[in-house]
Amino acid sequence: MFKPDKIRNFSIIAHIDHGKSTLADRLIQTCGGLSEREMTEQVLDSMDIERERGITIKAQTVRLTYKANDGETYALNLMDTPGHVDFAYEVSRSLAACEGSLLIVDASQGVEAQTLANVYQALENDHEVISILNKIDLPAAEPERVRQQIEDVIGLDASNAIAVSAKTGEGITEVLEAIVTELPAPEGDPDAPLKALLVDSWYDPYLGVMILVRIKDGVLKKGMNIKMMAAGTEHLIERVGVFTPKADIIDELGPGEIGFITAAIKEVAQTHVGDTITTVKNPVTEALPGFNPSKSVVFCGLFPADTAEFETLRDSLNKLRLNDASFEFEPETSAALGFGFRCGFLGLLHLEIIQERLYREFGLDLITTSPSVVYRVNMNKGEVIELHNPADMPDVVQIASIEEPWIEATILVPDDYLGAILKLCEDKRGIQQQLTYAGSRAMLVYHLPLNEVVFDFYDRLKSISRGYASFDYNMHEYKEGDLVKMQILVNGEPIDALSMMVHRRVAEKRGRALCDRLKTLIPRQLFKIPIQAAIGGNIIARETISAMRKDVTAKCYGGDISRKRKLLEKQKKGKKRMRTFGKVAIPHDAFIAALKMSDD
Amino acid sequence: MTTLEPYAVYVHWPFCLSKCPYCDFNSHVRDSIDEDAFLQGYLSEIDHYAETHPDITISSIFFGGGTPSLMSPKTVAAIIERILGHWSAEGGKSEGDIEITLEANPTSVEAGRFAGFRAAGVNRLSLGVQSLVDADLKALGRQHSVAEAMEALRLARQTFPRYSFDLIYAREGQTLEAWRTELAQALELAGDHLALYQLTIEPGTKFQGLYNKGKLVLPEEGLAEDMFFLTREMTASAGLPAYEVSNHAKQENRSRHNMAYWLGRGYLGIGPGAHGRLKHADGTTTATNNWKKPEAWLRAVTANNNGRQEYQQLSAHESGVERLMMGLRISEGVAMSDLPKGVVDESAQKALCDEGFLKLDNGRLILRQKGQCLLDHILVTLLA
Ligand SMILES: Nc1nc2c(ncn2[C@@H]2O[C@H](COP(=O)(O)OP(=O)(O)OP(=O)(O)O)[C@@H](O)[C@H]2O)c(=O)[nH]1
Ligand SMILES: C[S@@+](CC[C@H](N)C(=O)[O-])C[C@H]1O[C@@H](n2cnc3c(N)ncnc32)[C@H](O)[C@@H]1O
Ligand code: SF4
Ligand SMILES: [Mg+2]
Repeated sequence: MFKPDKIRNFSIIAHIDHGKSTLADRLIQTCGGLSEREMTEQVLDSMDIERERGITIKAQTVRLTYKANDGETYALNLMDTPGHVDFAYEVSRSLAACEGSLLIVDASQGVEAQTLANVYQALENDHEVISILNKIDLPAAEPERVRQQIEDVIGLDASNAIAVSAKTGEGITEVLEAIVTELPAPEGDPDAPLKALLVDSWYDPYLGVMILVRIKDGVLKKGMNIKMMAAGTEHLIERVGVFTPKADIIDELGPGEIGFITAAIKEVAQTHVGDTITTVKNPVTEALPGFNPSKSVVFCGLFPADTAEFETLRDSLNKLRLNDASFEFEPETSAALGFGFRCGFLGLLHLEIIQERLYREFGLDLITTSPSVVYRVNMNKGEVIELHNPADMPDVVQIASIEEPWIEATILVPDDYLGAILKLCEDKRGIQQQLTYAGSRAMLVYHLPLNEVVFDFYDRLKSISRGYASFDYNMHEYKEGDLVKMQILVNGEPIDALSMMVHRRVAEKRGRALCDRLKTLIPRQLFKIPIQAAIGGNIIARETISAMRKDVTAKCYGGDISRKRKLLEKQKKGKKRMRTFGKVAIPHDAFIAALKMSDD
Repeated sequence: MTTLEPYAVYVHWPFCLSKCPYCDFNSHVRDSIDEDAFLQGYLSEIDHYAETHPDITISSIFFGGGTPSLMSPKTVAAIIERILGHWSAEGGKSEGDIEITLEANPTSVEAGRFAGFRAAGVNRLSLGVQSLVDADLKALGRQHSVAEAMEALRLARQTFPRYSFDLIYAREGQTLEAWRTELAQALELAGDHLALYQLTIEPGTKFQGLYNKGKLVLPEEGLAEDMFFLTREMTASAGLPAYEVSNHAKQENRSRHNMAYWLGRGYLGIGPGAHGRLKHADGTTTATNNWKKPEAWLRAVTANNNGRQEYQQLSAHESGVERLMMGLRISEGVAMSDLPKGVVDESAQKALCDEGFLKLDNGRLILRQKGQCLLDHILVTLLA
């Protein structure tokens, strides 16, 4: 057990890809947490999906042991956090467990939207912040300019900002020393009753449910009977440990320390992140403030491509939830797609990741229906309905008004692209709140309807600005809008999985774009296929897929019919994986692809 | 093993003088070829099947390639002799009734060679003319001219009782009118049989690379369809009606060898990359295929007396799928009674019949005109 004055707890925060996980690698390596052989790049990104996409999804905690220049040995608890806006919730929990932050800014890129969002959150948590200018090995790095930018845009004193390369290791010792000398030590009384924050919990196939805790007061040991104050449950502690980053079992955790416990808990759902842990025998009376629960902002239906796999899908969703409590699901039935689930996510990337994990880890091929936000439908009779699914939209004559969620978005963009980004925001029904400059970058604050943002806002922002614009958002308010339900008809059959709520002003444009897109996604058939977008009985856009005219193998040579047979069997398999609507087969990836389109 | 049906024998010669940019057949260009060694290989493989299948009879022999006209007539003679030494002709016919076809390229054909093939027993020649337009032959990467093709045709007519030739149409830049003219000319030159193939972009060929880059453009689908039906009309009125997707002849002049594939009969595959279908007394079929690389095949056949890479029992369903997909290629279609249950999706069959793509005629499933150039798509729909 380390004394509080020999402990430093810090989160590593930054905009996406500015090098948090790589810096964590260097810190782990320098402190000898892993041998050369065990070291890989972004070693904390342990999920396959994290490694492949090169992004962090799940925050990770590591205890480093560091012998500082003052001759003392310190326990440095590092929390690597995700940069993508969908996972901001992970960042907020990490911040609550620490006293300080390392704010990393890519010296070749400068301050970005999530730099701002995260640093403001850190300051709200009363963090001491050390600024780090990363990637100085890059020819394009301009550490001095970025140092100035941190002062101008964020208002932090950056005179002590450390220039490093997380890639080459340059500057890493300075970072470690700064952590020891500049960040405050945690406080806490080892003799007071136990008071610990439940920071996170997840399911580990070997150890069962694991709980990450930050001790405020008192000491936590194996064999103790603990009480979760909000959940009202009691458990016997089986193991106490820390990640180095390997899970090492230790005797106890004292004030200021961060580590894990296991306690024969069956399901992650039985634990509440943000809960206060105390002892049964000698409990505290006052709980810690805890966290606001994470809230799903995007909903969509997930249906098994093969209807026989509904039960597998249910089991798989249950298993995934053990590890990721931030998505929710409930059964849904669709006229065309059969049985599936309506699922809620933190954002589109989160949706994509869950879908991909279902495919990879459980072999499930899914049909994803049009993502939707939560609308508030005010009925004539005064009742208010929360609409997660356009298919559930009540009859329009009974509706008094519909409200939709708006966000407050912060966008940072180089001057050159400002005009195009302003146009994008206007097209998306945005209302400008603020436009300020920081050097050659503009900072925009906009109010935008979330439904426009889940659609393709992020992709378009990136492509319009060649990747130079960055974006962050918060939920803002619900506001009434002229919203209608748009249906898509293929060969005259309405496809409920493709129906969506749209603002009347953009309905026609979107309908046309969607029909056009579907035209390229639905394979031609022996007959021609009309594709229509409609509001109520009104057709607002139409396209036609022409009939196939010629498709025959000219020659099967020399008796090699195996090749042709195998090809045919493969095509047949592909076709079986399509869903048939009336007479038309639609490949299931067409559903999500149709929605990932731009308006022009 | 009891004798069930007569077998066709396919002999593959895997060498060519140059590789055509559209071709994905098992053909290789070599500086020198040890023809004797290959002949020994062919003979061992034939002997091998004589041991495993002593009781079968033979309906046809086909020398395909590659360019089998590059073989010396002596080699061809030795192979034919060995085959006829082991097995007799189907249905008690005489040896002379066995159809023996050889594929030839018009490049540098001499009268002496053709006479040699004829003397070896070849009674049908299939000539790769490909086009009757010089510029197009060049675009197809062919080594011969129209004049050389004409000369080869003249010689074929003189030397062999039966001959056919191949054309590739729906070529880049070809118009319907241009094809009409070329086909009319071809019908003038035709013997008892014509094979007319629409140009296909095959995987791994030079044409595929060009096509993917947009540097080779094929006639659009509507034109390809028009060309297909024009071909059917013109050949029918000239007395060479289509009896298969791309093959044209009167009933009695069909390629008996290729009919074996389309009717789902047994055949032996001899030589590099050759495929076979061995029929067993219990009604099951084994699919064989030989090593494709000539040297690999030669090594295998020298060591084991057969050059097989795979010997695979087909399930009844797989055989049924083959039966269906080959049977629908010919004008009399396929007998439903030849298909195991579960091969055809009955509701799809009904829908395709109702929509006029297929018909059921005396228990045979047959493509109607509207479905003739949509067979691949129809098969995907029709399969259960
Ligand atoms: N040249 C150079 N590249 C770096 C440096 N630090 C990180 N990178 C690269 O930048 C990319 C992003 O690094 P990560 O460490 O994954 O960034 P991150 O901030 O953890 O990203 P998220 O977790 O997705 O927000 C990777 O390709 C790293 O190799 C550096 O100092 N120099
Ligand atoms: C084995 S090949 C050729 C035999 C001989 N070597 C020749 O080229 O003349 C048989 C026939 O298939 C046809 N063929 C080959 N490749 C083709 C393609 N890609 N598309 C259409 N027909 C093709 C040609 O008409 C060719 O004559
Ligand atoms: S088309 Fe004929 S000559 Fe040309 S490479 Fe193919 S087999 Fe050889
Ligand atoms: Mg990371």
